[in-house]
Amino acid sequence: MPTPAKPTPAMPTPAKPTPAMPIWEVFIRSRNGLAHKHVGSLHAADAEMALQAARDVYTRRGEGLSIWVVPSAAIIASDPADRDSLFAPTADKIYRHPTFYEVPDEVGHM
Amino acid sequence: MYTQALHGRDTGPIPAEDAGEATRFQARIDAEQRIEPNDWMPAAYRRTLIRQISQHAHSEIVGMLPEGNWITRAPSLRRKAALLAKVQDEGGHGLYLYAAAETLGVTREELVDALLAGKAKYSSIFNYPTLTWADIGAIGWLVDGAAIMNQIPLCRCSYGPYARAMVRVCKEESFHQRQGFEIMLTLSRGSSEQRSMAQDALNRWWWPCLMMFGPPDGESQHSDQSTAWKIKRFSNDALRQKFVDATVPQAHHLGLTIPDPALRFNEQTGNWEFGDIDWEEFRQVLSGNGPCNRERLAARRKAHEDGAWVREAALAYAAKRATRPQRAAA
Repeated sequence: MPTPAKPTPAMPTPAKPTPAMPIWEVFIRSRNGLAHKHVGSLHAADAEMALQAARDVYTRRGEGLSIWVVPSAAIIASDPADRDSLFAPTADKIYRHPTFYEVPDEVGHM
Repeated sequence: MYTQALHGRDTGPIPAEDAGEATRFQARIDAEQRIEPNDWMPAAYRRTLIRQISQHAHSEIVGMLPEGNWITRAPSLRRKAALLAKVQDEGGHGLYLYAAAETLGVTREELVDALLAGKAKYSSIFNYPTLTWADIGAIGWLVDGAAIMNQIPLCRCSYGPYARAMVRVCKEESFHQRQGFEIMLTLSRGSSEQRSMAQDALNRWWWPCLMMFGPPDGESQHSDQSTAWKIKRFSNDALRQKFVDATVPQAHHLGLTIPDPALRFNEQTGNWEFGDIDWEEFRQVLSGNGPCNRERLAARRKAHEDGAWVREAALAYAAKRATRPQRAAA
């Protein structure tokens, strides 16, 4: 990249770093009868402000009828490294699926 | 609104990484699997994403400024309500993107501080001024149109949180382009003064919009790796051509002239061929010498500083409430 004709004056760095705001995960129920679904996250000082911000950011086009906000730190997640030990055992239990069982065609829908 | 191919080559240290992990990672990418926040990923993949997603987020936030300039001067209540909603959307897009970047182990606060310190980049397009109302039409039609071209393939990006943020952004973005085109349509059917205002806006925004797709493929420093990682699905030049092919007939419909004497339709390829882009202008704008670089950063810094007391008060109130004994349960 060629040297710019006029160098940009150095920007003074902000006097102090912006303080950290807690992170919240946002869940929205799209219609009555459906479960709340994770839609994203946001920053807010407390639960009340988190709810207000979630309403402003995630429901601008009629996306939902109910909002949950949960502190991100409160979520306990499984470790992706444990994926095999947690989920692989289900793969060899095909007898848990209805298609494992034989029903003669004459019997009809079951 | 837009992510731009403007980040340079990754020059950070490459830590020794487990070759088996790296092979498994690339195999997952090749199999079109999504990478999620806690999955193993190469340090350079993480850095590339943090840089690209945060630049994209900064672009959304800085992009609110040129359009915000016209909210109080919109010609009717209908236009004003639509523009206000659009600018609010851009703020929301910035938030989704900062949140996606945060899943990679950075904080929004440090990303914002880097922008305000002048250490972070954002799309070059927002360093151009909005001189007339027609510029609001041109931005929606052209800038958002270019953004959509670029963002639709990002919905299939290998990094899950970025792809999901893009799905949401793209859904909201389509109204932006249509409201811009409608403004241009109204002006182009109006008085001769209104028509020349629309033409003037097209003249000023056309070339900067073509630059939004980033340097030509031959000069793009990072494309190969980003393509292998399926962060990038199409080359800069391919997306630029797609944009030109889509936009030229729309300009004809408006009765406006694309400010490019070299523009011609190639019957064989079905593409609109266009003239040379002034890449020196692009480099100057990126390096801080565009018409509005200083103004944009100064406006962001002022907004951030003016809002500091609100953030401090909210945190102090939350801290005070947290120390109070719980009375509700009694």
